[in-house]
Amino acid sequence: MSGAPLLAIESLTIALPAGAERAHAVEGISLTLARNEILCIVGESGSGKSMTAHAIMGLLPQPHVRATAGRILYQGEDLLAATPARLRALRGHKLGMIFQEPMTALHPIMRIEAQIAEVIQQHAPLDRAALRDRVTALLLSVGLPDPERLRRAYPHRLSGGQRQRVMIAMALALEPDILVADEPTTALDVTTQAQILALIRDIQAARQMGVLLITHDFGVVAEVADRVAVMQHGRIVELGPVDQILEAPQHPYTQSLIAAVPRLMAVPKPRAAEAGVVLEAEGVTKTFRQRSWIPGRGTEVAAVKAVSLSLHRGETIGLVGESGSGKSTFARCVVRLLEADGGAIRLDGTDIVPLGRRAMRPFRQRIQMVFQDPYASLNPRRLVGDIIAAGPLAHGIARAEAERRTTELLALVGLDPAASSRYPHEFSGGQRQRIGLARALAMQPGILVADEPVSALDVSVQAQVLALLADVRARFDLAMLFITHDLRVAAQVCDRVAVMYRGEIVELRPTAELFADPRHPYVRELLAAVPGKRWLPAVAG
Amino acid sequence: MDFLRRFARNKGAVLGAAVLAGVVLLALLAPVIFPDSPWEIAGPPFRRPGEMGFLLGTDTLGRDVAAGIAHGARVTLLLSLVSTAVALSIGVILGAVAGYHGGWVDDLVMRFTEFFQTIPNFILLVVLVAIFTPSITSIVTAIGIVSWPPLARIVRGEFLTLRSREFVQAAHVLGQSSPRIIFGEILPNALSPVIVSASLMVATAVLLESALSFLGLGDPNLMSWGYMIGAARTVIRHAWWISFFPGVAIALTVLALNLVGEGLSDALNPRLARKGRA
Repeated sequence: MSGAPLLAIESLTIALPAGAERAHAVEGISLTLARNEILCIVGESGSGKSMTAHAIMGLLPQPHVRATAGRILYQGEDLLAATPARLRALRGHKLGMIFQEPMTALHPIMRIEAQIAEVIQQHAPLDRAALRDRVTALLLSVGLPDPERLRRAYPHRLSGGQRQRVMIAMALALEPDILVADEPTTALDVTTQAQILALIRDIQAARQMGVLLITHDFGVVAEVADRVAVMQHGRIVELGPVDQILEAPQHPYTQSLIAAVPRLMAVPKPRAAEAGVVLEAEGVTKTFRQRSWIPGRGTEVAAVKAVSLSLHRGETIGLVGESGSGKSTFARCVVRLLEADGGAIRLDGTDIVPLGRRAMRPFRQRIQMVFQDPYASLNPRRLVGDIIAAGPLAHGIARAEAERRTTELLALVGLDPAASSRYPHEFSGGQRQRIGLARALAMQPGILVADEPVSALDVSVQAQVLALLADVRARFDLAMLFITHDLRVAAQVCDRVAVMYRGEIVELRPTAELFADPRHPYVRELLAAVPGKRWLPAVAG
Repeated sequence: MDFLRRFARNKGAVLGAAVLAGVVLLALLAPVIFPDSPWEIAGPPFRRPGEMGFLLGTDTLGRDVAAGIAHGARVTLLLSLVSTAVALSIGVILGAVAGYHGGWVDDLVMRFTEFFQTIPNFILLVVLVAIFTPSITSIVTAIGIVSWPPLARIVRGEFLTLRSREFVQAAHVLGQSSPRIIFGEILPNALSPVIVSASLMVATAVLLESALSFLGLGDPNLMSWGYMIGAARTVIRHAWWISFFPGVAIALTVLALNLVGEGLSDALNPRLARKGRA
């Protein structure tokens, strides 16, 4: 952290096209990145953090969005004034970038070796043998096993974590001075995230690179950052060493952000008195079959293997697991969006698995669902009022009564009753999630299945929606099945936590117990991988 | 009225809409401007455009070409709109059912669709019209029957992606019935591409109808542009205007419909609209 800065951004302003939400994506920000340091830019969606990263790489979607003022100096050279040819020479060579979505950032029909080789051949051509050795060495250096086989693989054969490693290998191919990483671990599972963060940190230290890491997650910041810049509405509101920002934030916005970060501590809740069982799953099994025209060539994936649990009135069980663990599949079997292959799911004592569509209808009112994506879960062509009233109307409730419930529920979830005559696109993500909750509550269910209800939201909004869920739950004495990949969120809301791994529940215990003393090795691994676990928000509580 | 603004930004589409409006106006006003039947002999045959007050001349039997075009506009527009409506109702329903239910229903409907797609459109059309004897109903039905398969495919594709959306799952969880989910939840979201291809389909229907009439398979009681060209093709070397003007009418109408279709497509899918088209 010494010497002249590698990269200096001086009062950079990026203009948005006319008619956008605000005039500037980024307004007059200044920061520096030194050799051998990791600078994290933190902010919520729309804060301009990604735009800043793209501006450095010359990747702004011009001509609609462009830098109108300021300079971006790379070792004294202004990147904004550089010619396209000069930028091409720098990008990939001196400036490397890792993108958020490893699934789409690689060329789908190009072998891994060819993709990495392309970067090298573009800037510093090597002969074939040397190139091959270089690619192998790179794949090894990012911790990919069996590089000989992997070199010839296509991206679709790789997991998300492996692809992100390939992306890092590509970015590092020519040992750049600066690595820009735009939310590099957001799309990854928590254990993979921990590995990738460790990898970035190790490589950064070994090569003395400057790393600019964009993230929305303070846990990630606590793991890797040397310095932190907090952005809000296109401005840097606070900039300083990581300890200072995390332990003694000065700006009110930083303080509120940090206060909203869910902590990995079970919030002690008054234990609900042993109430009746409302939902009982026994040996639920779901296997996905890919049939083939050729007999015997079909494939089978056992997504859920004999899962059993019982949910009591007023209780919240968290279903935690990584992608592919079967938690969502199980939840969808419970609400009968999928047909379970085996086992029993009892709602107040009645097994709903064998019920036909018609016989299932009366039970629909008792169990409702809140979905993950606030943008996909509301029909864009229907008014909010109609969306909320649709359920009651489908069950033969009079229109007047349905409308009365709608108004009541909108108020309950903290929205203006006038919202019912507007369309979903007029609302923010958090507000839409409230509408989704109102839709579920309109059926007056006894059980709520929430499938990652807050994972698409910013932390501050996340905290509000979680508080609303807690309130609703207490008010209606709801039992809740809460699916999440985030242990920190599970700790906040769940009475008991069930950790799923490869289709099975490996541990199901009261939250505090499970966190204090995990028994299953996978649960231990999962807890260890939570980013920022060593750091507890100082201003929390 | 964001939609109108986006549509108006595409100059070609506005021009197309204007031409189309002109054709519609002509069709509506035909009985006023040319009160006599277009089949009636109005003067001596083979008058050149402008001669004896015939703006577009007269044909081999002395019928007014301008009157033929005006009355033909009625027939052509009516036929193409109704046949597109027929194609739409078949295509949307089959596509929606196939896409929504998937599985063997989808297989069945799609094989049925492919059966139609493997037979060349126009030949099937000629066969159908010949079997049912040419009349306005048989022509409309036949054009509808040969043009629904692409629509069914589009609707099916939209349904396949939309049915796994969370808002559709939410409708299932609420216990809504299948018809409600198909028509109330999914279809409104699948309409944009349907509208665009329907507008292009009207253009195809104009061409199909003209081609049928050209071959003499049109309704013998209706004056249409295709019939005029067909009847005049033997004298094209010494009386070009008899086939030229109906040809221009067809070309302009089809072009206008295509421009409007493209404009609709840009306006309904703003994210796919080509950049830099100020």
